[in-house]
Amino acid sequence: MELFFFYYLAGVIILTALLVVALRNPIYSALSLLIMFFHVAGLYVTLHAEFLAAVQVIVYAGAILVLYLFVVMLLNVKREDRYHPQFPIGAFLGLVIITEVLLLAFRRSESGTPPMPPAGSVAEAVGNTETIGDVLYTTYLFPFEVASLILLVAMIGAIVLAKRDLFEA
Amino acid sequence: MTGSEPLLDYLGRYFSIVLFIGIALAFGVVTLLISYLVQPKYPEAEKLSPYECGSEPFSDARMPFPVRYYIFAMLFVIFDIEVIFLYPWAVVFDKIGLVGLVEMLVFIGLFLMAYVYAWKKGALEWD
Repeated sequence: MELFFFYYLAGVIILTALLVVALRNPIYSALSLLIMFFHVAGLYVTLHAEFLAAVQVIVYAGAILVLYLFVVMLLNVKREDRYHPQFPIGAFLGLVIITEVLLLAFRRSESGTPPMPPAGSVAEAVGNTETIGDVLYTTYLFPFEVASLILLVAMIGAIVLAKRDLFEA
Repeated sequence: MTGSEPLLDYLGRYFSIVLFIGIALAFGVVTLLISYLVQPKYPEAEKLSPYECGSEPFSDARMPFPVRYYIFAMLFVIFDIEVIFLYPWAVVFDKIGLVGLVEMLVFIGLFLMAYVYAWKKGALEWD
């Protein structure tokens, strides 16, 4: 049963990920990306990472995808002039990544599955979100505060980059 | 809930969400399907042309959007992530107490700086 859920979710993720790069209409690509985000959230749920699943839906499906759609509309990407000049670079990078994934899978099957922490030993005693909150605001306090600084930089960067269009147009 | 709980029981708690998504999808599909099945079809060139309040369409609908929309989407993403960090904080707030309040105030304070910057720069103005 566990395998059934995994194969369903993984299959849809692979299919929609392929559609994202294969479809000629960028809006359709963005929509299949949306389906992929939801299935990745489903995968997180089967892994007992419930908070991560909720974040996946809220941030990726809710906010990042809107950003992608705006980029598509902003650049006015037409269906014909896509990814042809970048094809050699893309093919090379894809080859590197596929090699890496195959190497990882191969080495993993060679040395047996790495020891997994027993599922639900820590997280489910009190609840997923509560466990994250417990460690995030005590042990990982500094990375948490740094995250806000990084987001501040991202925002200032976005405004500076768009500034010319904003104030001189 | 114990760690030895079967996966099916665990996923069963998500059944209502799956049902909700399913009904939402089915609503759209069934509506389109029924209207497709019962509509009268008399296509002609004039009827199939894009309709723009009576006047002829003069450009493609896919025109470039102003960069303003992107700024708003970007700001939305950033403040969305800020709210994400508030969820686990709210759950454990009674445990971490005053220290938690102070660290969250520092966190929100940095976002407030970003907000003030955006406001002063006029990124929130439409014109």
